[in-house]
Amino acid sequence: MGVLMVSNLAKAFGGVQAVAGVSFCVAAGEMLAMIGPNGAGKTTCFNMLNGQLAPDAGAIEMQGQSLLGKTPREICRAGVGRTFQITATFASMSVRENVQIALLSHARRLGSLLAAMENKFLKEANELLDQVGLRAQAGRPCAELAYADLKRVELAVALASRPRLLLMDEPSAGMAAAERHAMIQLAAQLARASKIAVLFTEHDMEVVFQYADRVIVLCEGALIAQGTPDEVRADARVRRVYLGELSEPTGDA
Amino acid sequence: MEYTSVLIQFLNGLASASSLFLVAAGLSLIFGVTRVVNFAHGSLYMLGMYMAVWLSERIGFWLAVPMAAAIVGLLGAVVEMVLLRKIYQAPELLQLLATFALLLVIKDAALWVWGAEDLLGPRAPGFAGTVQIADGALPQYDLLLIALGPLVLVVLHFMLAKTRWGILIRAATQDREMAGALGVNQRWLFTGVFALGALLAGLGGALQIPREPANLSIDLSVISDAFVVVVVGGLGSIPGAFLAALLIAQAKTFCIALGYSKATLVVEFMVMAAVLVIRPWGLLGRVPANLRGPAAVPLPFHPPSPRMLRIFAVLSGALVLLPLASDAYALVLLTDILIFALFATSLHFILGPAGLYSFGHAAYFGLGAYAAGIFSLQGKFPMELALALAPLAAGLAALVFGWFCVRLSGVYSAMLTLAFAQIAWSAAFQWDALTGGSNGIVGVWPAPWLASKTAYYYLTLLLCAGAIIFLWRAIFSPFGYALRAARDAPLRAEASGIAVRSMQWAAFTIAGLTAGIAGALYAFSKGSISPEAMGVQRSVDGLVMVMLGGLQTLSGPLWGAALFTWLQDAAARNIDYWRAATGAVILALVLLWPNGLGSFLQSKK
Amino acid sequence: MKRLPVGALVLALLFLSEVQAQTIRIGELNSYKTFAAFLEPYKKGMELALEEINRAGGVNGSKLELVSREDGGNPGDAVRVAEELISREKVALLTGTFASHVGLAVANLAAQRKIVFIAAEPLTDKIVWENGNRYTFRLRASTYMQTAMLIPEAVKLKKQRWVIVYPNYEYGQSATASFKKLLSKAQPDVQFVGEQAPPLGKIDAGAVVQALIDAKPEAIFSSLFGADLQKFVREGKLRGLFKNTVVFNLLGGEPEYLDPLKDETPEGWWVTGYPWSQIKTPAHQKFLDAYRKKWQDYPRLGSVVGYTTIYSAANALRKARSTDPEKLIAALKGLEMDTPFGPIVYRAVDHQSTMGAYVGQLSAKGGKGSMVNWRFADGANFLPPYEEVRVLRKE
Repeated sequence: MGVLMVSNLAKAFGGVQAVAGVSFCVAAGEMLAMIGPNGAGKTTCFNMLNGQLAPDAGAIEMQGQSLLGKTPREICRAGVGRTFQITATFASMSVRENVQIALLSHARRLGSLLAAMENKFLKEANELLDQVGLRAQAGRPCAELAYADLKRVELAVALASRPRLLLMDEPSAGMAAAERHAMIQLAAQLARASKIAVLFTEHDMEVVFQYADRVIVLCEGALIAQGTPDEVRADARVRRVYLGELSEPTGDA
Repeated sequence: MEYTSVLIQFLNGLASASSLFLVAAGLSLIFGVTRVVNFAHGSLYMLGMYMAVWLSERIGFWLAVPMAAAIVGLLGAVVEMVLLRKIYQAPELLQLLATFALLLVIKDAALWVWGAEDLLGPRAPGFAGTVQIADGALPQYDLLLIALGPLVLVVLHFMLAKTRWGILIRAATQDREMAGALGVNQRWLFTGVFALGALLAGLGGALQIPREPANLSIDLSVISDAFVVVVVGGLGSIPGAFLAALLIAQAKTFCIALGYSKATLVVEFMVMAAVLVIRPWGLLGRVPANLRGPAAVPLPFHPPSPRMLRIFAVLSGALVLLPLASDAYALVLLTDILIFALFATSLHFILGPAGLYSFGHAAYFGLGAYAAGIFSLQGKFPMELALALAPLAAGLAALVFGWFCVRLSGVYSAMLTLAFAQIAWSAAFQWDALTGGSNGIVGVWPAPWLASKTAYYYLTLLLCAGAIIFLWRAIFSPFGYALRAARDAPLRAEASGIAVRSMQWAAFTIAGLTAGIAGALYAFSKGSISPEAMGVQRSVDGLVMVMLGGLQTLSGPLWGAALFTWLQDAAARNIDYWRAATGAVILALVLLWPNGLGSFLQSKK
Repeated sequence: MKRLPVGALVLALLFLSEVQAQTIRIGELNSYKTFAAFLEPYKKGMELALEEINRAGGVNGSKLELVSREDGGNPGDAVRVAEELISREKVALLTGTFASHVGLAVANLAAQRKIVFIAAEPLTDKIVWENGNRYTFRLRASTYMQTAMLIPEAVKLKKQRWVIVYPNYEYGQSATASFKKLLSKAQPDVQFVGEQAPPLGKIDAGAVVQALIDAKPEAIFSSLFGADLQKFVREGKLRGLFKNTVVFNLLGGEPEYLDPLKDETPEGWWVTGYPWSQIKTPAHQKFLDAYRKKWQDYPRLGSVVGYTTIYSAANALRKARSTDPEKLIAALKGLEMDTPFGPIVYRAVDHQSTMGAYVGQLSAKGGKGSMVNWRFADGANFLPPYEEVRVLRKE
């Protein structure tokens, strides 16, 4: 039984079919990678899942509950956490405060006007920061952090909502190879430990094949293959798509 | 109305639209490229008028008009190079403050050069008569203006579409960073654009002299009209500005034609409110590529350091003990300062942590004041009850207006706050039976036990300090952090389950409520309340106080309010050209400490 | 050594209080920046009066001192400035203000703080009637009085169709209300066929003139002034509004508003004003000569107002022989005095002076505006009866 069930998802932009009838599911504790060349429809897919885009057709169900027509906030409440392709953290706050505010939001305790936030959910925030390895930097303003650390802050913020599904759009974009491995490894480790389903997109195939439990491949809006990393690696269509892409270099890598 | 008069009124409307378009086009152009909201644009228009009147006595009208425009354009270039260049990186509201200071300086400079009397220019030679339209008459000059508006639109359009310079401008309008990356020499591009915008403003002013005498109050009335046109048309869109000028000029003209001349006070703001509610980015505006909050990089707020707390403790102690040692006037002045400190802090609450612009915060100050007056005089409530209820009225208004305002962002939201404030102002101004009309409400005095200056000072100190501490605590409460989260990264906040709009709406309401406390205290301290209490000037004063103190510091609004109020009081008494002096002080502060006085104090700690 | 500074301080204080005893301070506040064009002559008038009074030995053996302040043009700031004059400058009485709402706010403060206030420029009827209080006196002929002065001429014309144009605030509104009331009473068949109330300083003259033309009026009553009036005159002439209509314009003959019209001055308009160059009474001639000598400029109406305000204060102080507010009130009630316009009385019933104004027609002879066919209208003849006033004052 999957945490997230997507069936026949479709979206067109002015005649261009960006996503055409994609179906898949993610199970608890599973790392599912979504790959595909540029323009394959990955970002469109993600934006429909997180409520920023309304699909033309199809169903998105989270543990039996439909996410269609829900706002990003309601989707969060339904148990979906996410990180952004362009890192988004609360730049005017410290690392710990970033996590605290997400914890408070999850506990629906934002209405308090008079009590200082300082000591609220301190223990939980520290635990999460321990998990992502940022405890030592907890007091620093986000604006000062290195890029890779910001990504970790974002992960901790996403986890603070206690999601059962985590959507990560290119979590390792813009990182050096070593950092990239560390980031995905961390996500995988946390997902497995807390039985969180993870759906992520990733350009680095080495990372994908090393850490994903399963892989789905999108091409021109359609799902052309899915399976274990080995199965996908062996798939003829996937090879064609990727070899084709490799033969003509693109700007994005 | 007969057919002829409808036609003539329509042509009147077209002529007004052309004048409006010229000044708005320049403002829009400057905003589009430099992202500076040029408050001094109306002053450039005013200079164009004076210059043209002065020159036409010497070289004739037709030479004077282009000359005046060119001189104002040149002045624009100088202003850009000397002042604006230094502050492009500063927060947007600080740029606004700098151009506001410029407005003050230019006004007094014009007073100094041309004197206080209105200067009526000559009629345009060759266009001094009328043309007959059926049995009506239209001035020939109006026909010239009608033709000139579209002509300028076409010329600007051609220049932007076909010339290299124009293409660069468009690139910069759409994406400043991109244009920079393309190797565009931004410095000269910006100077050029500012000069062109200034030239258009000067031209608009110069062309107006046959219809209107040059006078010192034209700057503010023009800038407010031009803002409305630019926003209704869509920021940065020249055709949009044209369309909006047409819409607003015709709306005003037909208010007069149909006998609702009193509505001209407010019709443009009603049009703007309607347009913004239906089309949030104006008639032809596009959703801006990257909307940011008031500060480019949000700096962290620090809870007051122990040293700061000690300073506050000493300060509070001094304020409590002060009546023992000071004369009565110091108490009066301090009461004003305390009230404005609360007003500025409440404005800061939405500008800073919530990242919402407001150009109309005086509405809530004024509503609080009016409610206090109405409750105590019309309602015959005891003063204490009126004082307690008045802020609720302001809060209620903020609740209603805020719902619309938080749906927009950036300058658009700010202009909607301005529109609502103007609508509220006009209600206060025209609703004689309830508000006393232009006279306002007179005789709003505190209860006998609070009547002495000392007693009222303590009441003000208690309420203002209490409300300020409440707002400060709120900034460091979960609610305050959620506001900052929503400001720093709205999508991230939503995805973490934070109800961004509702949070901002609540913040807007709280700010309105606390501004209402300040307003009610103000009413009882002055004994009267008039429409000025909720006018644009008061909103601008609030912004100036906050910006002087610094947006990203907690205590900034306090220092800003104190400095500004004291400066006004002292400068008005001792210096003839006190407006220019205030402007000069603001400019100096802006250039020396672009992040405000508060940041200066913090850096010293 | 420590004693010396203390001793010096005591001496200085004694000396200061000595100086204080020798001068009487008059506190004055006005919107010098907002209405600069009209208040500069006013201030010159005040300074002339002050100089004359002090040269003649001052008042009650003390020199008069004028403490003048900018009131910021709004009631809130004005009240603070007045507080400063009262508590820091220790002035004996307050004068000044221009706009109605500022005048009313300061008048109310005067009652609260129990200090005499002589309102100089505000025209609003309310300051002595609906909102009148025992501390507030007003010099100038009010909106009601000046409107009433124009009524006899208006009635004589027997015009049926009137239109009205006025700046949309207290002064214009109450002028309009008074005019309608008084004319309807004198000429019951009159019709008011159109009304235009442009915002002060922002008249859209073309559209307003066209709308008035459409109403097909026989006569126009206007209370426009300043830039609004200039725009109205120019557009109205151009579009032919005035060809077949008679125009009455309150204040239109005051040099402040008339002079900027120059050769465009509309011929034949009925106005209230101040034909300074044609008044040959000895009282006015003396003032005119002194003013021209001191300032090398001719007086405007504001000059007369400023001049007479200071003399009112001085005369009241003289009559009261004291700076005590109660004694000053008693002195001002029914105070009779001479002014460049002739003798006036501060009426005891409503504290309004009977200062009059000149009513006449405009002429553009010689390329500049002047008044012709004028007569002096004594304010005493244009005030409502005591009973009506008492009802209004709610005392």
